[in-house]
Order: sequence, then C-alpha cells, then structure tokens
Amino acid sequence: MAMNLSILVLILPFLTFVGLAFFGKRLSGITAGIIGSISTGIISLIAAFIAFNYWVMSDGKSTMILFNFPWLTFNEHLAINMGLLLDSLSIMMVAVVTFVSFMVHLYSIEYLKGEERYGSYFAYLSLFTFSMLGLVLSVNIFQIYVFWELVGVSSFLLIGFYYQRPSAVAAAKKAFIVTRFADLGFLVGILILSFEAKTLDIPMLIERLSSPDTLTSGNIKMHMVGGLSVISIAMFLIFIGGAGKSAMFPLHIWLPDAMEGPTPVSALIHAATMVVAGVYLVARLFPVYFVLTPEVLHIISWVGIISALLAALIACTQTDIKRVLAYSTISQIGYMMFSLGITAYSHGETLGYTASLFHLFTHAFFKALLFLAAGVIIHAVHSNEVAQMGGLRKSLPTTHIAFLLATLAISGIPPLSGFFSKEAILTATHHANPVIFWLAVIGSSLTTFYMFRLYYLIFWNKPAEHHRHHEHALFSIPLIILTLGTLLNGFIPFGQFISVGLEKVQISFELGMAAVPVGGSLLAILLATLWYAKSTSYPDKFVSLLKNFYRWTYRKFYFDELYQFVTHKIIFNLIGRPIAWFDRNIVDGTMNAMAWGSMYFSQAIKRIQSGNVQSYTMYFLGGVIILLSILLYAYGYNLIN
Amino acid sequence: MEGIPLLHILILSTALFFIGIYGFFTRRNLITMLISIELILNSVNINFVAFNKYLYPQQLEGIFFNIFIIAIAAAEVSLAIAIIINLYRKFNTIDIEDTNTMKH
Amino acid sequence: MTLEQILFYTISGLVLFFAFMVIVCRRIFRSAIYLLFSLLGIAALYFMMDVEFIAAIQIIVYVGGIVVLIIFSIFLTHQVGEKMPKKLIKRIVPALILSLAGFLLTIDMLAHHNFNTGINPEKFNPTVENIGHQLLDYKNYGYVLPFEIISFLLLAALIGSIVIAIRPKQQQAKN
Repeated sequence: MAMNLSILVLILPFLTFVGLAFFGKRLSGITAGIIGSISTGIISLIAAFIAFNYWVMSDGKSTMILFNFPWLTFNEHLAINMGLLLDSLSIMMVAVVTFVSFMVHLYSIEYLKGEERYGSYFAYLSLFTFSMLGLVLSVNIFQIYVFWELVGVSSFLLIGFYYQRPSAVAAAKKAFIVTRFADLGFLVGILILSFEAKTLDIPMLIERLSSPDTLTSGNIKMHMVGGLSVISIAMFLIFIGGAGKSAMFPLHIWLPDAMEGPTPVSALIHAATMVVAGVYLVARLFPVYFVLTPEVLHIISWVGIISALLAALIACTQTDIKRVLAYSTISQIGYMMFSLGITAYSHGETLGYTASLFHLFTHAFFKALLFLAAGVIIHAVHSNEVAQMGGLRKSLPTTHIAFLLATLAISGIPPLSGFFSKEAILTATHHANPVIFWLAVIGSSLTTFYMFRLYYLIFWNKPAEHHRHHEHALFSIPLIILTLGTLLNGFIPFGQFISVGLEKVQISFELGMAAVPVGGSLLAILLATLWYAKSTSYPDKFVSLLKNFYRWTYRKFYFDELYQFVTHKIIFNLIGRPIAWFDRNIVDGTMNAMAWGSMYFSQAIKRIQSGNVQSYTMYFLGGVIILLSILLYAYGYNLIN
Repeated sequence: MEGIPLLHILILSTALFFIGIYGFFTRRNLITMLISIELILNSVNINFVAFNKYLYPQQLEGIFFNIFIIAIAAAEVSLAIAIIINLYRKFNTIDIEDTNTMKH
Repeated sequence: MTLEQILFYTISGLVLFFAFMVIVCRRIFRSAIYLLFSLLGIAALYFMMDVEFIAAIQIIVYVGGIVVLIIFSIFLTHQVGEKMPKKLIKRIVPALILSLAGFLLTIDMLAHHNFNTGINPEKFNPTVENIGHQLLDYKNYGYVLPFEIISFLLLAALIGSIVIAIRPKQQQAKN
C-alpha cells in the first residue's frame, strides 16, 4: 500500500506544473513559490516514507513493478509499457531528487522574488521534477527515453529562463542540441537492444541478457558486426546518450554555458539531478554491462577519468564562480562514471557500483550546497566574477561556514561525507586498475586545490568587510539543512542499501591507503592557503612560468572553438548551404515560376476584353465561321440537304 | 426575270452583306458604322424578295417582311442618331476609339 | 444575253460599287451620298423584280427619310468637310480576312444547295390591293398583328429618341 503512494510522486509535480502554467500569471507575490514548495515538500515526505518502508520495514531487496500498462504495442512480443519500477536504486534516486528539489524550491522563493515570470519559473521546476522522477521510476527503456527528452526540454526552458539575454538563449540552444545529438545514439542503442533482447522492459531485458545461463545456453545469439558484437555497440550507444546528459568528454561543452540560468536551477539540475542521469542509466543497465559487455565498461572508465582530469585542470584557472563549480561537477561525475567502469577490471568485485552511487548521493548534497551558497554570494556582490569578491567571511557568516564545510567535503577530508564516498571509489579503483587510481589521486588533489582557491578568493584574499549582508531565512535554512546532510551522510552504511545483485557490500577503507589521497588533499590546501589566503603574487609567477599551458587551460582547451569550427565551416557550408540554395531556388522557384506564368498568361488574354464593340463582333463572326465550317466540312453537306 | 438564276441574286445580296460587315468592323466613326448597318439590312431585304419571287410565288410573306424591316430600320436609325447626339454632347467626338470610359 | 440580264448585271455592279465606296470613302458626307445611290440602285432592282410597291417604299422611307436623317446627324455633330482619320491596320487585316472567309463560305453553301425554282411563276401577284388585303387580314396568312406591333414600335421609337436627345434644362439655361 505504501508503495502505491509512489504514483503520487509523479502526479503531484505534474499537476503543479499544469496549474502553475495556466494560472501562474494571476498569482500574486510568492504564492506560486509556496505552492511549488508545498507540492515538492509533500512528495519529499512520501519519498522518505517509501524509503523507510522499503529498507526498514521490508528487506530492501525486492523489485516491485507497479501500474505496468501497455502504451504502444508493436506486436505480441514487443510493446512499450509505462509503469513504475521500485527497487533500491530508484528509491534512492527518488529520495535524492525530491529532497534537493524541495531545498531548491524553498531557496527560489526568495531568490527570484520580484521576477516577472515567477509563476513560469516554478511551473518549469515542477515540470523538471516530474520528468526526472519519471525517468528514475521508469520500467521500460523507451519510457526512460521519453522522460529523458522531457528532462532535456525542462533544462532548455530553465537555462533560457532569462531569454532576453542572447547568451542565455545561446546556452539553452547549445545544451539542447548537444544532448539531443547524444540522444540519437541513445535511441539507436535502444532499438538495437530491443531487437536483440526482443523486449523493452528493463527487468526482462536484464534477465534475458545477463542471467548466468545466457552465455552458456546460447539463448541470445551474439550477432557480430565487424568483429564487435551488436550488443556491445548498442550498449556503447546507450552510454553515449548518458555521456551527453552527464557532460562527459567530449560532450561536456554545454554544461559550463548552462550556468546562464538562475543559480537555483544550476543547483538542482546541473549539479545534483539531471547530470547524474547518465550515471543512473549505466547503473540501471549495469548487469548487462557487467556480464555481457565489459569492454564498454573499459571505455566508460577511461572516458570518466579523462573528463575528471580535464575538467579539474580547467577549473583551476577559471574566474567565474559558477563556471568553476560547473567544471567541478563534470569532474565529480567523471569520478562516478569511472567508478562504475572499473568494475570490469576488478575481477568480479562490484564495490565500484556501490561506491559510485554513494558518491552520487553525497555529491548531490554538497554540490547543491555549493551552488546555493554561490547564489547568495552572487546576490550580495551582484556579479559572478571572483574579482569582485573577497573578504566576505564576516559579511556572510552562514554562507561562509556552509561553503567551507562543502569544500572540505568535496576535497575528501574526514569526517565529512565526501571523504567516505571518495574513499570508496578510490579503494575500488586501487584494486582494479592502478593507472586510473593514480590519475584519480592526482585529480583529487587538483579538486582540492581549485576548490580551496575558490574559497579563499571569495572569503579571504582581501581585507574582511565588516558590513553584514542580509542573509534571508529562506536562503539560510536550505543551506543549513544541506550542511547537516553533508556532515552526516558519510556515516550511512550505504552498502547495506544499494548493491548489485543480492549480496550486500561492505564499504570500508584501509587506513594506509586512505592516507594517500588525504595527504594529497592536505598538501593542496596548504598550497592554496599560501597562494590565495592573502593577495600574493605567487599565482602570477606560476602562470608566467607555464604561459602556454595556462592559456590552454584558461581557454578550456579550445573545445568550444573546435566545435564551432566543425559546425560552422563543415556542416553549415557543406550541407546547409546547398540545401538552402536548393530550397530557395528550385522549390520556391518552381512556385514562383508557376505564379508568374499564370499572371503573364492572364495579362496576355486580358486584351480580349477591350471594351470595343467592333472587336467583339469580329470575334463573334469568327467563331460562327469556324463552327460553321467545321460542321459543314466534317459532316459533308448532309446538314444542308 | 427568267433568265437570271436565283443564285446570282443571292450572290449579290451576300456580297452586299459582307461589304456591310467589313465596313462595320473597320470604320471609326459612329455614323459610318450606322451606314454600314443599313447596307446589311438592305441586303437582307433583297434576299427576302428574291426568295419570295422564285421559291414561293403564291404567297407574299417576303414582301411583308420587307415592309417590316424597313419600318424597324427607320426606328432604329432614329434612336441611334439620338444616342449619337447625346454622346457627342458628352465627349465632343464621335470617334469610337475615344469613347472608351468603360474600358478596364 | 437578253436586255434583262444586261440590266440586272449593270445595276448589281453599280450597287456593289457604291456600297464599296460607302465604306472606303474618307469624307463622311460623301459616304452618306454613296449610300443614297446604293439604295436607289436597290430600288431599281425591286422594280425589275416586279415589286413596285416595295421599291416605292424603299425610295420614300429609306432614301428620303433615313439618309436625310443621317445627313442631319452629320451636320449636328459638326463632322462635315474634314477627312476622317485613317483606319487602323490592325483592324483592317483581320476584318478583311473574316469578311472574305464568311463570303466564300456562304457562297459555297449556296452553290451546293438545290433551290427548286420555277414553280408557278405566274402566281406572283404583288399588287397593292393584294398586299393591302393580306396585310390587314386576320384570318390565315394575315399579318394584322405584326402591323399593330410595328405601329407601337414606331411610337416607342419616336418618344424614345425625343427623350434621349433632349437637351437637359440647365444646359439650356447656360446656353
């Protein structure tokens, strides 16, 4: 019975969206925000209740499918169903999404107060919540695709919320196009997979493709194309879809620009929930990846670690606070991805899966916290640029403490939650692939460095201001709650709750091994303190030492320029222009020629209507003569005689 | 008139008819167009009398039609003249090329 | 060649010649006079065909009435004396072609038709007495009804032409 409440989790945000979409304009003041927050608060409670029921009252192992009804039937074997799938993974995601959404709603009530399209904003937030929840609760892979696209649409609407700014419009377009392009791969992957497994239902799919006897009994014929099995290709294409949404290299270009949206949106969508959809997708189909196509997992791990390192390097040099956090998100999701991927190297051990999801959980809290705190700071100094900030530690005390704790968490300093999740990842990696492990450690130190650089540049670096900015309660309360989460989440025995298969995983760490990354982080903190706590010239000297490399990282390794080149010079010129020429000249030309032809013809015969009696009589006589001659000479003179 | 075949009289009237039509097509003056119409009517008159005399001599229909046509032609000419005079007052010309205010 | 035939062909030739001059002449007065001669020629033809009554009517009504009326209108519209503008070529050529085509077609048709002539030619008796009797007869072959209608028509034409041609009052005051 409690599980049936899960349908409310979808219905409430959808109704809120519809209601606010139609009536949001007429609501005055912050009513729309209150309605949105109440709706999200209710589903957050329901999610907590369901989670409690699942893990405490029952065994936390079962998979429940509710409301499974056929939506589109192709034939008796293949149908697209719509339904809710409740298992440990989806319940955890529902809990995270609803909770963070609730915090963001509360924060946005005050953050966007006075905005003209207040109602629309909360409508879009509800639409996003509905779509994301639908995505994680989907029972059918095509249903995931439907909600995937809905999430993309909500993201587009929210990134481009300040649509009067051309940069926001461009960013929304970029996000949508890049993810849409990735979704093409996703769709092809789905189609291939449905062909191979003859079903689209996720539980059935997993069972058919990954049960231990499939490989031996040969129930699934492994079709091969060019030396690769078709299922590998399909799973790789599905991963491409996930990589697009999760901003993995090389599809990461949209996420930094997506910071054009309002800051609470960045907190919700681009830190905690939407960008982890890719991780969710791989985790959902993990048994197939693990059993049938481990080579794709290899690719996933390398893509993850490259994204992690690349983004960390770029983040070291950026000066826009939200950009730094965006690159940090890319980096952390890279960690989650390669943590999933290295299970293929680890000889059957699945700690990587649990660790990745644990990091997803803790990351949602501290990244949302970082973004919301950044929002308060931006609100106070009216700028995104770090150069305008500095010495704010006394003016924004609550924000200062929250930001500091979140930074410590992301750096992996015990006893904060980030330490536990990151350690789990690194432990799993150490057992699996040493190369990736050392790269991950370097990345971890870089993470610490740039986060503390950011922290010092905002709150120290300049003499402290003493004028206290007003921190509204609706800003502080979500910050405080999220800080509590950041502090305490590490102590959840996550492995008891979420693991692959039926055995529980023990998350532990070896002290000796834990010392390495923690040590690296401490060194990084030291460096950052030396360079940035007060305004010094060390950073500039270092930059002048590595001039070119600095330029490359500052310009984000010129990826945007590369994409621009490809699209503008190659696609537009070679494909777009000829097609446009064809359309303008031949298609339109034919229409114009027909119109011009009829006009010309009508002008020509217009002269018959001259208004001249003599001409009319001539035509008349001519007609009579012609008719008469035809009749006479065709019929002989029988007519007359 | 036994020596003259009916066909010759009919050729005469046909020629007169088409001369009248040619005149109607080409003349620019309204009065000369009226004159051409008179030629046409006269040719028809000749036709009636010739047919009556050669084909139906026991009846007199042709002659009656002749009388009627002459009467109607007279009425028609008087009305046409009245219209022409009215038109002349308005446009000060009776050239048919200049009286084209109803043209598109 | 009997005298009758010679006479007929001469008069026909004159009629056609004068008709041709009517339409070709560039002075309008001459055109009206040529019409007069043409009508006289047609009256001569009627005389030859033994319908003297029609010939008389032709001369009195057509020549003495209609042509005179036309001459009046020529004077009233100040057309006398000047040459009329030349005809347009683009008008002449198609008119010529059409007229010739029509003429040839009609002659062709007529030539192929057998007219059964020569039945009782002596019964043709168009004396004024016979014409009068039959015109006002209301029994079979009587034409009293068209006669009455024609008189109506003439009355209507009379009134109509006065109404159309009358000068409006304010113009009279101005003039």
